[in-house]
Amino acid sequence: MHPLFIPAAPKTDPGKESTVTRTTPTVVSEQTVSSTPATRPTSPGVPQAWSAWANRHRQWVFAGPAMVFVAILLVFPLAWTVYLSLTDSSGSVRRAKTFVGATNYANVLTDTARFWPAVGRTVYFTAGALVVEVVLGMLIALLLWKPFTGQAIVRVAIILPLVATPVAVGMMWRLIFDPTIGFANYLLARVGLPPQPWLADQTTALPTLMFVDIWQWTPMVTLILLAGLTALPEEPHEAAKVDGASGARRFWHVTLPMLMPTVVTAVLLRGIDVLKTFDILYATKGLGGGSFHEAETLNVYAYGLSFDYFEYGTASTVLILFFALIVAAVIGLTHRKKVTK
Amino acid sequence: MTRRTVTSLLRAIGIAVIVIGFLGPIVWMILASLKTNVDIYDPSKVLLFRPTTANYATVFGQSQYIDYVVNSFVVAAISTAASLVIAVPAAYAMARFLMRKSANLVLLARVIPGVSLLIPWYYVFSNLKMVGGYFVLILAHMFVALPLIVYIMMSFFEQLPEELEESGQVDGLTPIGAFWRITLPLAAPGIATSTILAFIFSWNNFMFALVLSSAQTKTLPVAIFDFIGYASIDWGGLMAASVVVTVPIMAIALFTQKYIVTGFTAGATKG
Repeated sequence: MHPLFIPAAPKTDPGKESTVTRTTPTVVSEQTVSSTPATRPTSPGVPQAWSAWANRHRQWVFAGPAMVFVAILLVFPLAWTVYLSLTDSSGSVRRAKTFVGATNYANVLTDTARFWPAVGRTVYFTAGALVVEVVLGMLIALLLWKPFTGQAIVRVAIILPLVATPVAVGMMWRLIFDPTIGFANYLLARVGLPPQPWLADQTTALPTLMFVDIWQWTPMVTLILLAGLTALPEEPHEAAKVDGASGARRFWHVTLPMLMPTVVTAVLLRGIDVLKTFDILYATKGLGGGSFHEAETLNVYAYGLSFDYFEYGTASTVLILFFALIVAAVIGLTHRKKVTK
Repeated sequence: MTRRTVTSLLRAIGIAVIVIGFLGPIVWMILASLKTNVDIYDPSKVLLFRPTTANYATVFGQSQYIDYVVNSFVVAAISTAASLVIAVPAAYAMARFLMRKSANLVLLARVIPGVSLLIPWYYVFSNLKMVGGYFVLILAHMFVALPLIVYIMMSFFEQLPEELEESGQVDGLTPIGAFWRITLPLAAPGIATSTILAFIFSWNNFMFALVLSSAQTKTLPVAIFDFIGYASIDWGGLMAASVVVTVPIMAIALFTQKYIVTGFTAGATKG
């Protein structure tokens, strides 16, 4: 078991069973264990019938509340967003709106000023950050794979960025990347390189923000891949070693193919979140992604349309298209995952 | 030098770079929060400066900042607890009865962009005069916590052997009784993992509170964002505010490392 990855796996030793039976009985067990009918004023048949019913339908008794919650907060709003995207709703959602059919879609899809650049930035940001996160995450995972002294500090170093509040992370890098007082340019000056504008310039802002995302989330890829590496069987690796395969060849021909399902999972989990990145973009560049919309991805654009410009019809259209993009990416990757299996 | 020593030397350098790269910026933020703005404006003063707590005094001098800390805590704690109550049984049912479609519906909540839900939510809840209240904020944060818990707990329940439950039923427990008395206690590490992660994600959430909270119910990430609403940025205060929001969560993470790792890797290795 890799020391960096100690799963809190369920224990099934017999000693555990004694604590199990000592658990305080509650409403559920009272109704299910029919040893307490005397304390009930009602006829004993009723709770028993209810209990039998609940046990028979426990699949839906258990799953029902969560599904109702999600349905109310997700399915109906989503349907309503679809409806809004077909209207000219703006200003206030309560204001009278007219059904305009696909007009919003036609307008948005021909909008080369804001919509398509935002699509381009979203794809650019996602692809760039994701590729670096996976490659770097893999390199770090391989580096940490074999045990070494000082693991505890490394574990801390890769966990802390993951749990840090993204808005605070955005502010932290905003100071470090400040063109005049930031540590980044101070460091560049010390090694004799010219200062960079970082977040302040329209060409460097998005790559700088990709760097921030990479800093915060590469550890997640590392943790997932490390878990995958630890779960791999030893034999193929040993066999390749005996056959005289070099380290690099063993990685490409033995380790990587076996690890592929885990890599796809990491890409899938991270990809969804990178596509939806909002906090660090909005915290560092604010409304509209900066004065030239240089950091305006689809999510930032849709947020601005909704809550800064109150263009609900257009915003809903952008969101539906954005959602379609995400679903397409997920289906594409899930399909790929099935193929690699 | 032999090839072996070169490799281990390179490895040591790589590991040092990782540690400095990931921890350095956080240390820098904490140091900046202890500097006067004059010292912050001179980036060559990395360690040699006279530390001050003035920035923290500025942050907590804002009469409401303690309230924001309380808001963040209350919203994260209640939304996590409420999500656990409905998500854990749901994850169990979905794992045991192979409810793939139902699971996908819940996981859709992890995929959908939050903004697309905020417009309808805002509309409905402002009609009900509830925007700005705790209830709506907790509901929105439950929407973050619940799918996360379902996802983590499903992979936990899938690993638990069914035989123990079955033997419990042989001993006279009903199926729900067996879940309550046998499966749930065995799943305690999973519940701890999902509790910690749900709390962290709720604590860190920015977008929902940005729209749905009021001046009274504002959470810490929104409070930090409001710090930069002025012409010139008070960097010291901003860094102190950032430390106030991140350090509690980092402290929790330090004491619960193995749960954090399990949570982030849940379901990732089963292929």
